[in-house]
Amino acid sequence: MKVITANFVTCAVKECKTSAQSFPLHFHDAELEMSELDFQPEFIRNVVPRIDWEALRVTANELGFPTLPDVKPEGDALNDEQTLKDLHRLLLETQVMEGKLKCGNCGHEYVIKEGIANFLLPSHLV
Amino acid sequence: MSRPEDQLPPDLFYNDNESRKYTTSSRIRNIQADMTNRALELLDLKSPSLILDNPPEDGGPHTWIGMDISPSMLDVALQREVEGDLFLADIGQGVPFRPGTFDAAISISAIQWLCNAETSDVSPEGRLKRFFEGLYASLRRGGRAVCQFYPKNDVQRSMISGAAIKAGFGAGMLEDDPGTKNGKIYLVLTVGGGGLTGDITGVVNGMDVNVLDARRKAMEVNNARPARKGDRAWIMKKKEQMERKGKVVKQNSKYTGRKRRIAF
Repeated sequence: MKVITANFVTCAVKECKTSAQSFPLHFHDAELEMSELDFQPEFIRNVVPRIDWEALRVTANELGFPTLPDVKPEGDALNDEQTLKDLHRLLLETQVMEGKLKCGNCGHEYVIKEGIANFLLPSHLV
Repeated sequence: MSRPEDQLPPDLFYNDNESRKYTTSSRIRNIQADMTNRALELLDLKSPSLILDNPPEDGGPHTWIGMDISPSMLDVALQREVEGDLFLADIGQGVPFRPGTFDAAISISAIQWLCNAETSDVSPEGRLKRFFEGLYASLRRGGRAVCQFYPKNDVQRSMISGAAIKAGFGAGMLEDDPGTKNGKIYLVLTVGGGGLTGDITGVVNGMDVNVLDARRKAMEVNNARPARKGDRAWIMKKKEQMERKGKVVKQNSKYTGRKRRIAF
């Protein structure tokens, strides 16, 4: 699972839809892997306004990355090649291969195996 | 042929054996790839975007997140080393993403599976509702979704499009090769498009989209004048064939295939 996905996914349990605690999901025992992908500055520029920066800082912290800047790069900062490359590396090239995602509200654990997160719920939680 | 969704639930039907066809059978792969390309064409994306994909297929320059209910199908995607992110999830349980996450969504041959309730505590209507409402929320405003599906009958077809409209989408249908056994139905959905009433014209406004018709295409091919033995087209074809075999072939010129003038 890529870091960018973790910034968008929420807990699938119905009761958690209304809770602010259900986002972001928290990584536990994460094993990381880097895989190189084509750098597309346009895509980063397109997607950064939709990123929840606070959540990204939390996630980066949990995965042991150096602290991100306090504020989201906006406007002119998005023309800086180095900033975009750093974001590309964190958002797209970093993958969590094994581990768990835990909801801060209900405590449900979503297991990640071989990079695939299991979001199937037992029917009583849907 | 019996319909797969009448036999087993999707996570059991697409077992290792059935899923392997998606890597080994070039026919199935071509059909899947064609439909994905057609869907991408209908989405008309201008820049690299974030796409929700079900089931996972490669989507060109775009970054995508793929959902599938069958572990075997995901395994197939892993083996093909696709670049997107993979999720094991049931679309009938909703789409667990933040509002406004995706620029677009593609679903190929999947939503007719929602019309089957496998256990007594879920209903087809409930599953369709949860999927379309989740999808509607997770698309950004101005976003688009294309769902190709195989409806069993007209009731199912209107049930699916009705559920999409109820969730707030503007919906239109596009049918390729209508009336043939290769017919493909695409449900094109817009978020915040406005002014759509059942037909596709509003959705594809300003886009160059034609209904594909394989029969007409086949007719055009058949009606084309066949190359007669000895004429220029025939010679060119033969020379190409020989060249591909690695034979030494004379270069083409304006004299290739011309009749010689009678000397006397």
